[in-house]
Amino acid sequence: MKTADLFEEIYLGISSNKARSGLTMLGIVIGIASVIAMLSIGQGAKAQIESNIQSIGSNLLMVSPGMQRGFGSTVSAGRGSAQTLTLEDATALQGADGVGAVAPDTSKRFQVTAKGTNTNTQVIGTTPQYLTVRSLAMDSGSFFTESQVTSRSKVAVIGPTVRDDLFGEGSNPIGQQIRINGMNFNVIGMTVAKGGSGFSNQDDMIYIPISAMSTYLNGGDSVSTISVQAADQASMTLAQDSVTAILMERHHISNAALADFSVMNQSDIVSAASSVTNTFTLLLASIAGISLLVGGIGIMNMMLTNVTERTREIGLRQAIGAEKGEIVGQFLGEAIMLTLIGGGIGIMLGYGISLGLSKFMSLTTQVAWSSVGMAFGVSAAIGLIFGYYPARRASRLNPIEALRFE
Amino acid sequence: MIEIKDIVKDYVNGEETTHVLKNISFSIKKGEFVAIMGPSGSGKSTLMHIIGALDVPTSGTYTLDGNDVSSLDPDELARIRKQKIGFVFQAFHLLPRATVLRNVELPLIYSGVDREERTKRAKEALIAAGLDESRHEHLSNQLSGGQMQRVAIARALVNDPSIILADEPTGNLDSKTGDLVLDTFQSLHAQGRIVVLITHEPYVAGHAERILTVKDGLLVEDKINAERITHIAQYENS
Repeated sequence: MKTADLFEEIYLGISSNKARSGLTMLGIVIGIASVIAMLSIGQGAKAQIESNIQSIGSNLLMVSPGMQRGFGSTVSAGRGSAQTLTLEDATALQGADGVGAVAPDTSKRFQVTAKGTNTNTQVIGTTPQYLTVRSLAMDSGSFFTESQVTSRSKVAVIGPTVRDDLFGEGSNPIGQQIRINGMNFNVIGMTVAKGGSGFSNQDDMIYIPISAMSTYLNGGDSVSTISVQAADQASMTLAQDSVTAILMERHHISNAALADFSVMNQSDIVSAASSVTNTFTLLLASIAGISLLVGGIGIMNMMLTNVTERTREIGLRQAIGAEKGEIVGQFLGEAIMLTLIGGGIGIMLGYGISLGLSKFMSLTTQVAWSSVGMAFGVSAAIGLIFGYYPARRASRLNPIEALRFE
Repeated sequence: MIEIKDIVKDYVNGEETTHVLKNISFSIKKGEFVAIMGPSGSGKSTLMHIIGALDVPTSGTYTLDGNDVSSLDPDELARIRKQKIGFVFQAFHLLPRATVLRNVELPLIYSGVDREERTKRAKEALIAAGLDESRHEHLSNQLSGGQMQRVAIARALVNDPSIILADEPTGNLDSKTGDLVLDTFQSLHAQGRIVVLITHEPYVAGHAERILTVKDGLLVEDKINAERITHIAQYENS
């Protein structure tokens, strides 16, 4: 039998019962479409989180206080809980090998009021370099200067969300007064909206000089994070090494395993976040995978019914000389053809669903080529796996009994 | 050329063994028109399955055109059927949703014949079986019983087989169309093919030139049907 003739027989086999073939295909269509749509949600979330992290700044190292352990003690106070980083540490890092800008910060949530409105937001005490390190830009007014840090000026730069909450959307906050924890601060600038979302919304922040923070609001001179920007992408490792070396020397620590601080670079943060979204994607995809499995069982069920219904036809084909392989080829071919067509339609439907989700539900979705390829491969595999048993059964029929089958 | 020698066929069903054919021997020469007759349960169907290479005997040898067919595996049997045997069944066994032409082309498809050649030969076979061109594109389930059996005959013919094996070909037809179908076999035989007719009706068997009667798994009679003989010389030695 020639290949072209085999395809024609497969086509005739499928098209001779269009309703049933269509319904069987529907199982695969739904399965593949949901896999594509679910993966697109997962990948969209991942891409969004990654871009959020990138938007914090570029070539960024974050130094945070580590867990503190006494000499020879195994009691840990928990990562980030120690107050081991100081303003002096930050100053010492200035100009270290590979380091561009350094900005220490200390933050705390406060109730903030202005003329009868109030909000609860994150107040960050920092230095002017923060603007560079975190790639912030000013929308109006200006950021505070070094001299304002030195003189402990009660000035504040607010994010656009804070402006909206306190003064109303579109109003000009410059020159207005806000009260943080009972202290009056002058608003001297507002940052450009970054559109961040979730746990690290950079638009919902108030920045004040770190000296003012420690004098009036927080007390003490420990800092919660030192953000270090490497001079460029290539000196990330160098910067990380020199920051670690300087801090270890300053803290009189000789064993890196006992360090009371930790230095994380952005790719560490990205990979930590990706591992979360990967789990989330896997969960969504496995739910969708179950519907694909159900679709595959539908194919097998249909093919088994088909073989039974067409027993006499199989007997006739055997009588006129069809060999086992040719019978297997026809029935397996029908199953694979159904799943491939179903898979193709499913990919288009899934793509449509993902477009719809991003358009009407404002979810970030992303259809990766890899998931399209995978969906196609999976549908072919389903046809092969679930079509093989019925096809083999057809080829093993005894022609005499098959011809007599009622 | 068919040579059946000491054919035995047993069916084993659990503990019980049924002896369906008990040592049958005969031979059929090129161009003979033979009827195998017998009541139901006589073993004539089993004999037909063996002649048609659908089944193999338990013991004994079956030689078809010089090839020993008695111990082949299923795929080898399929190839023998494809090349040497054309079946005509009582129930026609046409593919209902395929056209007349496609049904007749089916054996050629399995033989790997080119499309053009296939269509040409299928049309010739249909005309030889008495179905004119106006019906070739009809779906086979739109035809009458007599027309369906003509399509089946064309399908049996199209591969130019050595044997045409017809199993109760008139069983589902009225007597008038039945006669027309039997006449068709007559003319196929006149072209030099072996035609083997399996039937339980003496009237149908009467159309053949030689009648083999099977009873209880044994060949009980092998007679020449003198009324039908057109060229006696062929049967002188049988």
